[in-house]
Amino acid sequence: MTTTEVRQPAQPDDPEAPRAGELGPRELLRYAWRQLTSMRTALVLLLVLALAAIPGSVIPQRSVDSIGTTQWQGRHPDLTPVFERLGLFAVYDTPWFASIYILLVISLVGCIIPRTAVYLRGIRAQPPAAPSRLSRMPGHAAYEVDDLPVAVLDDAERVLRSRGYRIRRSAASPDGEEAVDEGGWVSAERGYLREAGNLLFHLSVLVVLVGFAMGSMFGYRGGVIVLVGGGFSNYAAQYDELDPGSLFGPEDLTPAFTFSIDDFDIEWLTEGPSAGQARAFVSHLTYRESRDAEPQTYDLKVNHPLDIGGTEVFLIGHGYAPVITVRDGNGDVAYSGPTVFLPRNPTFASFGVVKAPDALPEQIGLTGEFYPTYDFTMERGPYSLFGDALNPALSMTVFTGDLGMDSGNGQSVYLLDTETATPVLKDDGTPFRVDLELGDSVDLPDGLGSVSFDGIERWNKIQISRTPGKLVALSGVLLALLGLLGSLFIRPRRIWVRARRVTDEDGDGTLVEVAGLDRSGNGDLPRETALVAAAMGLREPPDDDNTHEEDWR
Amino acid sequence: MTDASWETLSNQAIAAAGVVYFLALLAHLVEWSSLRKVPLGRAARKESVAVGAGAPVIEQQEDSRDGERTADRIAMFGRLGLMLTGLAVAVHFVGLLGRGMAADPNRVPWGNMYEFTISGTFFVAFAYIALVRRFKWQWLAPVVLGVVLTLLMVAVIWLYGPVAPLTEALYSPWLVIHVVSAVIATATFTLGGILSVLYLLKARQESRGGGTTGYLARVPALVALDRMSYRLHAFAFPVWTFAVLVTGPIWAHEAWARYWNWDPKEVWAFITWVVYAAYLHARTTAGWKGKRAAYLALLGTATLWFNFIGINYFSTTSQHSYAEGAPAISIIEPAADSVQVSASS
Ligand code: HEM
Repeated sequence: MTTTEVRQPAQPDDPEAPRAGELGPRELLRYAWRQLTSMRTALVLLLVLALAAIPGSVIPQRSVDSIGTTQWQGRHPDLTPVFERLGLFAVYDTPWFASIYILLVISLVGCIIPRTAVYLRGIRAQPPAAPSRLSRMPGHAAYEVDDLPVAVLDDAERVLRSRGYRIRRSAASPDGEEAVDEGGWVSAERGYLREAGNLLFHLSVLVVLVGFAMGSMFGYRGGVIVLVGGGFSNYAAQYDELDPGSLFGPEDLTPAFTFSIDDFDIEWLTEGPSAGQARAFVSHLTYRESRDAEPQTYDLKVNHPLDIGGTEVFLIGHGYAPVITVRDGNGDVAYSGPTVFLPRNPTFASFGVVKAPDALPEQIGLTGEFYPTYDFTMERGPYSLFGDALNPALSMTVFTGDLGMDSGNGQSVYLLDTETATPVLKDDGTPFRVDLELGDSVDLPDGLGSVSFDGIERWNKIQISRTPGKLVALSGVLLALLGLLGSLFIRPRRIWVRARRVTDEDGDGTLVEVAGLDRSGNGDLPRETALVAAAMGLREPPDDDNTHEEDWR
Repeated sequence: MTDASWETLSNQAIAAAGVVYFLALLAHLVEWSSLRKVPLGRAARKESVAVGAGAPVIEQQEDSRDGERTADRIAMFGRLGLMLTGLAVAVHFVGLLGRGMAADPNRVPWGNMYEFTISGTFFVAFAYIALVRRFKWQWLAPVVLGVVLTLLMVAVIWLYGPVAPLTEALYSPWLVIHVVSAVIATATFTLGGILSVLYLLKARQESRGGGTTGYLARVPALVALDRMSYRLHAFAFPVWTFAVLVTGPIWAHEAWARYWNWDPKEVWAFITWVVYAAYLHARTTAGWKGKRAAYLALLGTATLWFNFIGINYFSTTSQHSYAEGAPAISIIEPAADSVQVSASS
């Protein structure tokens, strides 16, 4: 039903739109603009956006799963450089993905702004005059009655007004009464808010994007692993990783709060289908909002972040930090302390590295695994049976020589540079393993020193982030939803009633015509005109039973 | 009752509900196959015998006892099917209740895909039985029952997992809000997709000049099917928007410390949203109707279900995947076994 859309803005296929071939640069620009802001382009761009989002769900994305990405790249050495160039490991940050949604936004602005202007201008407008040939309009029906046209039209006006329509009546004759014979019309319109809803929806999409942009420019996200019993202050140097927004500097890290993790509770399920799973993790924090604020306490857990002046603190991970002591060949302590091991799987088998660069005569490095509940089979080798520390054990290999720590390059604490170091071997030439239970100690071969496993501490991974604009984005989505409801469920309609005196073989009568237009194109107009006619006493109410032909609700 | 006996009750109730749905489907199939013998005359539309309001229209065959007997039988099977469906819905509800009571602590039964599926099918069947008279949906019976039964079988055979405590992130009021809205939207979109299939089948039948007997002849006219499908989609879209773009990010923020992470579930929820936005767009701005709109709707249904089930097999990196594999460092809890999707696949 696209027949007589009166207030529709220029359509893409507007026959008056000049064609590209015959144009100067100005017209060409205008032509391009019109194409870009056309409905068809919007539709195509939407589908292209959906299509473009797909690769990121099939190819591992660095920001979601960096380990998986690295593994994938290892398996596909041929594809990796090509994919890398296309940005397929970070699809949602690539220029080509951005260009799609930016085009969509431009199209949206170009489409919605003029439409808003038209809407605002027309907001007080009267319904348009009734078309002269109602018989061409949808839902048309004609009835003959005895009442005079004035009475019929009064009736129509009353019925339509009570159904929420805005009314316009044909011009009255000079003395204030409609000419008895000529009759007249009533034009009625309702559903003005639909377009408002539609505009609100589209404008709100822009608001959401603005909110996002604010977050990614002025916000940041950082992570830090803190030992239970340890603490943290909000300075850039204290973060393990810091991912600032494009306009965010480390000096913007505010407020200068501090916290310490006093205790960490965890409950391991030992039976039932989820045995082995942990739950009810709680980090008991003491924090100060600024350096001289009063200390406060907070139980940090999943779904319960701590908000300190707009900066949010989350508990996002936990694990073990075995306390390891390395003595060197002289018997001096070369390394001692809790060492963070990173969990590799749900049983918390974790890997970690110990570096003792000051050991004499040679530097000592250990790399290997920690098993909270150690078990061993011939097929699997050592593994962890369970996440709780019931039978903790370490199993590490030993390197000696140059650990490459003097080169000045930053080194990951979770990686041992074995390029220049040499593995320590047993007499039979196989690698020497440090296999320790809690409290054990072992001497290294060749008088290198000894390693002992003195205790277990725990760590928490804490994420700290600031997302300005999140309320902007949230209100944008909610407004969009509101607009959407209006746009989808308000039915914009026009109804016309025309009445005039006629004379035929039965004598004089009044011919009443009812017709209408459903401006959304998805409504059921014949039913509405039938209901109006019925309310005016012109016909029976529409047959409710006939699902096959008419409305289904 | 102990948790274990609640769980047994739940399993038995789901199985029993499946059987009763099947019987209801049989009853309706008998109803519809008897209707096959009765041609759908043009006049039938006006002078119809109402077999329950809005039931399949049967031509009044005057002076024909045979016809009357057929009509009685048809009416009886129609009512029987409806009663059986009601019974199955009640039993189905017991299954859900048992599932929630079996957990410790008691909870809503929306912890894994088995539970989502039995809840979603319950929602569809319940909505159908509650609204069948008002909206005259009798003709939908075979479709609704067929879909509910199929999905229940999928749930029991492939998605089943024993009652388990929720993973930590799921202990949140957002579980209720997010999952309920997602389930409602999914169910409604699916129904809209089914109507689009019916539309396409019926359009093909009509274009081949067929269409006076059989099931397709008795479903509403093409225009009505098209409109119904649109309205279902129009209802589901805001609900989906609410589930995916409002409650989803809020909850993800609280539980995983990020509003939106582009993990595969989120990507596909977004794709689904965009496709349905395109559908509504095409209808309201480009005037798409009928076949083209139906194809676009089916594209939406495909992305929707791919997101629910398919993506779990393609990618294990999702925090939503309820399967192994969230990057180790960020497993606050190893989410390994809340759903045995990958284990049993
Ligand atoms: C961010 C991308 C967009 C999304 C998600 C989107 C979504 C939607 C949705 C869901 C509807 C249906 C609402 C209804 O049925 O009333 C709609 C309607 C509409 N859209 Fe968009 N849209 C987008 C971009 C655009 C663009 C770029 C244009 C202009 C070229 C546009 C113009 C319209 C118009 C005019 C309507 C309403 C038609 C009417 O109610 O008569 N939209 N949009």
